[in-house]
Amino acid sequence: MPTRDEIFSKVQATLVDALGVDDEDVTESARLSADLGAESIDFLDIVFRLEKNFATKIPRGELFPENFAAAGTAYVANGMVTEEGLKELKVRMPHADIDGFAKNPKVENLQELFTVGMIVNFLQRKLG
Amino acid sequence: MRWIWIDRFVEFEKGSHAKAIKNVSLAEEHLHDHFPGFPVMPGSLMLEGMAQTGGILLGDVHDFERAVILAKVPKVSYHGWVVPGDTLTYSATLANVSEEGGLVSCTAHVGERLVAEAEIVFAHVNADSGNGAIDQKSFVFSMRLLGVMDVGKAGTGTK
Repeated sequence: MPTRDEIFSKVQATLVDALGVDDEDVTESARLSADLGAESIDFLDIVFRLEKNFATKIPRGELFPENFAAAGTAYVANGMVTEEGLKELKVRMPHADIDGFAKNPKVENLQELFTVGMIVNFLQRKLG
Repeated sequence: MRWIWIDRFVEFEKGSHAKAIKNVSLAEEHLHDHFPGFPVMPGSLMLEGMAQTGGILLGDVHDFERAVILAKVPKVSYHGWVVPGDTLTYSATLANVSEEGGLVSCTAHVGERLVAEAEIVFAHVNADSGNGAIDQKSFVFSMRLLGVMDVGKAGTGTK
């Protein structure tokens, strides 16, 4: 089983290739969208490369959940993620810092969950 | 002009790889502007040729039932000129394919000489997504593209 450092360096190399950023930009706390400039299609590219580099399969929605904030669910109310939504996020994204997010659970802050460290956590759980 | 930048497939292994050729001719109008007195195949059109080779390879995985659109070119590099009289060979290998799309690695050669290489990400667009998705099957099979699918070597090993 690879160590966290080993996983991190491969994730770093993956993001350098997928996003055209420099090594030093890819820190554990870097956010994929706000800090590294990732756009929607980049998430697909990132998943493809992670699958290749880690020789694993990442089913759709497992790393980056989709349609969480869609209308008509009890997960979101008035632009905020509800208690029920937070519970669901913990189930769907055990690799993300949901407790940190819960301090200011605005829907627009959901993207902040997508950090480099989150990907490393995900792979550590998956490969462990 | 029809937007077809490959002349014919010469190899096609379903879900694996494909090779197509493109003959560059001085009869192509754009070469007279690119550049006057120095006609060379534009790099953007080589990328289009690689994307068409890879896009059809990916579309074939789902028998052209899904709309395949070029989403991203993470990497492309060019290594040399391609001039009238050259035959480009585009090779595409399917690196990954999922419900959402595919990643294709491509090269372009003239003879043994590597002239360009690229990685291309395609996305599947649902017909009901309201993005005006085109009917992929009719796109490939009605735009006189059928002829390019007459390959030298198909997945079954037969023509």
